[in-house]
Amino acid sequence: MDAERRHPLPEEEPSERDQAAVSRRAFLERILGAAAVASLTGAGVTAWSDNALADEGHGEEGGHADDAPESTRVRRWAMVIDLRLCDGCVELGTPPQCTQFCNWGRYVPERQQWMEVVEQPHADPPGAFPHTMPLPCFQCENAPCVNVCPVGATLHTPEGTVLIDQERCIGCRLCIAACPYNRRFFNWSDPVQPDWVQGSPYDVRTQTPALRGTVMKCDFCTDRLEAGGLPFCAQGCPWGAMYFGDLEEDVATNGREIVKLSAFVHETGAFRYKEELGTEPRVWYVPGSGEAVPRSNHRDFMKDRLEWPWREWAEMDEANGMSLEEDGYGAEGSEAAHE
Amino acid sequence: MASAVMTNDGTARSDPILGPRIAGMQDAVLAPLARTGAAYYALMVLLLAVFLWGVYAWTVQIRRGLAVTGLSDQIPWGFYITNFVFWIGVSHAGTFISAVLRVGKVGWRTPVVRMAEFMTVAALLMGAWMPIVDLGRPDRLLNVLNYGRFQSAIVWDLMAITTYLTGSLIYLYLPLIPDLALARDRLDPTRQRFRHHIYSILAVGWRGGDEQWRRLARGIRIMCVLIIGVMVSVHTVVSWIFGMTLRPGWHSTIFGPYFVVGAIWSGLAAVLVGMAVFRRAFHLQSVITRRHFVRMANLLLVAGLVYTYMTISEYLTIAYKLETQDLSLLDALWTGQYAPLFWTYAIGGMLIPLVLLALPWTRNVPGIVAASVLVNIGMWIKRFVITVPSLAVPQIPGEWASYAPTWIEASIVAATFAGFALLVGLMAKAFPLVPMWELAEQIEAGAE
Repeated sequence: MDAERRHPLPEEEPSERDQAAVSRRAFLERILGAAAVASLTGAGVTAWSDNALADEGHGEEGGHADDAPESTRVRRWAMVIDLRLCDGCVELGTPPQCTQFCNWGRYVPERQQWMEVVEQPHADPPGAFPHTMPLPCFQCENAPCVNVCPVGATLHTPEGTVLIDQERCIGCRLCIAACPYNRRFFNWSDPVQPDWVQGSPYDVRTQTPALRGTVMKCDFCTDRLEAGGLPFCAQGCPWGAMYFGDLEEDVATNGREIVKLSAFVHETGAFRYKEELGTEPRVWYVPGSGEAVPRSNHRDFMKDRLEWPWREWAEMDEANGMSLEEDGYGAEGSEAAHE
Repeated sequence: MASAVMTNDGTARSDPILGPRIAGMQDAVLAPLARTGAAYYALMVLLLAVFLWGVYAWTVQIRRGLAVTGLSDQIPWGFYITNFVFWIGVSHAGTFISAVLRVGKVGWRTPVVRMAEFMTVAALLMGAWMPIVDLGRPDRLLNVLNYGRFQSAIVWDLMAITTYLTGSLIYLYLPLIPDLALARDRLDPTRQRFRHHIYSILAVGWRGGDEQWRRLARGIRIMCVLIIGVMVSVHTVVSWIFGMTLRPGWHSTIFGPYFVVGAIWSGLAAVLVGMAVFRRAFHLQSVITRRHFVRMANLLLVAGLVYTYMTISEYLTIAYKLETQDLSLLDALWTGQYAPLFWTYAIGGMLIPLVLLALPWTRNVPGIVAASVLVNIGMWIKRFVITVPSLAVPQIPGEWASYAPTWIEASIVAATFAGFALLVGLMAKAFPLVPMWELAEQIEAGAE
């Protein structure tokens, strides 16, 4: 199995970091130019999930549609996390901003952390200061969760991300047991979300509204990527540690600089988490322990506590619909929000 | 009562008077069908109450979601899945005793065959209920049929269990036909009209002609070979739900056979407990003798030794290498938070029962039944110890998760035990507990 597994990155050894050759503007134009294609493939996702037995068991190997017309380039979304730039926001004295932005931007239900920052103990030297490690869903190409789903509710998109169709999920939680990274979360009761989210029509790509008795996880914000933006975690990271990009086009950006994906990964010696399991994650880590994080900052931060304000909001809505503007919906809401 | 005719462990060969014995046994076996005591009703009402309480707990869970359980994202499976594996395990007893011993032409099986088959059907129904209780969206159960993916172990499970249930019902029914006819002919059609009518329908016009016997024998022969394969498949795929993941402790090549042997071990023990209960409640001492207990105990001993061997093999191979995750799992199992449960199982559910079964002075009915009860308690714990700690091992840097079941989960688990006893009790009331014609055949064969 290993022998035939294609290396997901081009083998070429770049001599220089040629990200300067691609301007940010050009990059964004390219992404926006692909919007038509992207929306087509986006529609394909829904059609795919509606089509009971289509393609499953094949999607997880390729990660991109083999039967697509040759002229159509399908994006293969990938992520690189530069651990040299990640200290879990300890220096700032705030909870991890990637988690915060993700929670707020995606209306993540309480107690779930689709983007979770953990402390990874250093193996070498023993006793060294632990480094922090943000864990999104790794969008594995050989995804155990996709393999075990009895109803095809968790699926690969042609772009290689793993989505969950919460309208089909039966809540057996075999995928949660199968995921070796604990990146899946279950709505144990009715998820509390803002009214306008719960009232919106279901969208498989944004997983809104959240439905009780179904599984959720990080979805790579592909709706934002396709529109030319960055996922919330990358946007929230104060140091630009998170790069998103396209393996097909071999380019990635953290919103400040643009890198050639393969060169960046090779030069920095980036690794994939639990590579030995053969899950083929779409997320690379640049080794490091926050050494490149600036020791002073002049940045304003939106979120100073790890919180899911949805319940609080709902209670406020219910209690005094009239005086919302007094309390505001801001981050400085009551302390009771997270426990 | 025919107990006077039979010695406690006397064989048919030693008894010169065959006719009265069969007649006496028939009376003993058919008596519970005709007469029902107050104690029986009281017990059934009690069991029904416990069962309904569990059903009520389930409705609470359906209303409020799985948040009413002690489960979490780190430990997504607990009591329900443990109980599921337990009941599917118990369901192996009927087939094993009935089909395997029939294929092997083991004569002494007859009085315990049907009881074991009743238990198989009841255990399967209770076992099959558990994954449905465990679903976050039981309302979408039919998605498994509409969108079923053959790559998923849950679909294998669904197919294996439904096949096994269907097969077990057929296999239970076929040998029952002559006895249903017997009950039909024995019941007074004027005084017990309703029951007579039911038995007439179920007996499908059985008259005991040569052709009927020939076809029946053929059907039973085919079914008993087929059902053995299905039985092995059922617990194999149950184990593969665990075995197909990357979790420490589940990631094992021997899980299929390990679960099958464990199922036979707990299933035989469950039948032994059932034998003891029915022997006393239905006054079947003449039919189910000490000899049957000892023979069953021999099988149980063999299954227990094989299971012990596989348990040692399973843990020694991972304990020797001590990969990081296996190390933390074994730490938790042997010396950590799950150690009390693990050692209760290992000593109380494995070692002590084996000793009770092996020593000559405890190889009597009380000793054997005590061992069987211990095996069943131990195997329930063992299934818990397989399910929960492997999930609790941190897969990413972080804390150990913990799991504390709630009253909802406990009530539903209790309901499966009550429901099982209720179903077996009802079936034993409705149908002859011992296949009369097979018993008669055997006694005759033994006399030749």
